[in-house]
Amino acid sequence: MIKRGSGMKIKIIVGALIVGFVLSGCTGGGGLLDNDDRAGLSGDGSFGQNGNFEPDSIEYFRTSIGDSVFFPVDQSSLTQQAQGILDAQATWLIDNARSEILIEGHADEQGTRAYNLALGARRASAVRNYLVSRGVPTDQLQIVSFGKERPLEVCSQESCYSQNRRAVTRVSGDLAG
Amino acid sequence: MQKWMVLILVVLGLVSPLKAYAAPLKLTLTEGVIQPIPYAAPVFVAENRAAEDWSKKITALVVQDLNSSGLFREVSKAKYISQITSFASPVQYSDWKAINVQALVTGAVKISSKDQLVVKFRSYDVFAGQELGDGLQFVGTKDRWRRIAHKVADSLYSRITGESGYFDSQIVYVAEKGPKNARQKALSIMDADGENSRPLTDGKSLVLAPRFSPNGKQILYTSYETGFPRIYLLNLANNRRRVLENQRGTMSFAPRFSPDGGAVVYSVTKAGNTDIYRLVLGSGQSQRLTTAPSIETAPSFSPDGRQIVFESDRSGTQQLYIMPVAGGDPRRISFGKGRYGTPVWSPRGDMIAFTKQSKGRFHIGVMRFDGSEERLLTASFLDEGPTWAPNGRVIMFTRETRGAKGASGLYSIDVSGRNLKPLRTPHGASDPSWSPLGN
Repeated sequence: MIKRGSGMKIKIIVGALIVGFVLSGCTGGGGLLDNDDRAGLSGDGSFGQNGNFEPDSIEYFRTSIGDSVFFPVDQSSLTQQAQGILDAQATWLIDNARSEILIEGHADEQGTRAYNLALGARRASAVRNYLVSRGVPTDQLQIVSFGKERPLEVCSQESCYSQNRRAVTRVSGDLAG
Repeated sequence: MQKWMVLILVVLGLVSPLKAYAAPLKLTLTEGVIQPIPYAAPVFVAENRAAEDWSKKITALVVQDLNSSGLFREVSKAKYISQITSFASPVQYSDWKAINVQALVTGAVKISSKDQLVVKFRSYDVFAGQELGDGLQFVGTKDRWRRIAHKVADSLYSRITGESGYFDSQIVYVAEKGPKNARQKALSIMDADGENSRPLTDGKSLVLAPRFSPNGKQILYTSYETGFPRIYLLNLANNRRRVLENQRGTMSFAPRFSPDGGAVVYSVTKAGNTDIYRLVLGSGQSQRLTTAPSIETAPSFSPDGRQIVFESDRSGTQQLYIMPVAGGDPRRISFGKGRYGTPVWSPRGDMIAFTKQSKGRFHIGVMRFDGSEERLLTASFLDEGPTWAPNGRVIMFTRETRGAKGASGLYSIDVSGRNLKPLRTPHGASDPSWSPLGN
């Protein structure tokens, strides 16, 4: 899966543009979260590391842009907050073109297995369609659903369920090296 | 599957001729309240010294099977007035009647000159004072001893209830290991009592929801080994398998065989929309059966192969629908409060088992195929995915416990709602599928 895309030559400039975009989103977007909250939403606990990753790195994408968006119970529509994150994802993805982008849809455990697979696919598809509407090439985007099989958080309460109802944008390749 | 052919069955004939019209010992399973039938199963007579341990083990397993059904109650051996010391001797009915035994099972075990187990048994209707059915003999290698005992128990179950048993059957399921957020899942197969479990896949790829073929020789399941959910068809005899469809940009899952084993219904997700398809295994031709923008999944054939029950959220929530096998207008059958999913048609054709979510709880329930007579059999934090015993009298399902350390296990319950019990498995377990009765 480690492949390099063709559009990497502009990666450095683009990284700077994204930081600018994210910051402007914070002040102008009203409902949008600041960068630290956004990193928290990625679910890996990487707070406040904006300055530590190269802006074209996958780590930066995961922690500063945020690779995940979250959904209400049994819904696949994108919240305002999710759209803000996906706008930033789209800009980064266009500028740091990878050969493969995989969007994973997930559901919380409160549902039957097959239905949750289908629901996760709806969520991944909603993200895919949004990214395409923002200019990300369709041929780079694949979707998959894990239903309730891969929870991020393991408690059986809404605080965990809300983190598990997610779609995660995964980019292949590793530009760190 | 080769081992399935080693058992040889011989009809021994009656000890005394059957009286023409008396057969009062009959447990009718459709009656509302069932009093377990008191029975006695004296340790089968060991006909040679090498058979002594085997006779004890086999008798104990027959008793365990019968008791597990909840339909039979063993009368304590301490109460026996007479002992069975010879398989051929006439039974003293009065001795058994006096301790209120209604059904008596006698048996004999020997190790043959070919080092095989030879197990004979007879059953008696004590109050009618006559033999119940023919004496039977099973011959098999020693490592088949559990199957022989299950077959004896199935015969007894069948003679008393008038329906086929389910003890000599298997369960294919998903064995689960590891923490909730990194769970390993391996396809596994075991006897219906939880013994002889063995893995069929290595656990490296996520696998879901295996289903037995109607002849018990093949298994459909979903695996992520390509990174995407795909349906595989596994041949148990040679462990060969093939992917049914591998179309880029799609997912396929939730497969089930048609009753004749020649076709598969399943779900395909394209561009985020999940619909139901039917694939003919011989030709490889697939046909789309639903076209709504809603989620259509979990299809299951009626036993006559003419209809398909499935779940759809086209009304806004998950509900159950029935459509003709070629597709066409579905008819909604679930109307209660809550969400209904995972419908499975009973092998008897009369009922549909399902998972219901209501007020934060999960239930396994049954309803008639017109949606009437809904009954919820269980309630817990998370019950799902019913599968029917081959005789349509028992349902097995997955129960998952709450919380960070939550784990999955298998439970069974009679369709009457009685006799809920866990099945002991070596690891966590989910997604059971019951085989047809062994042969």
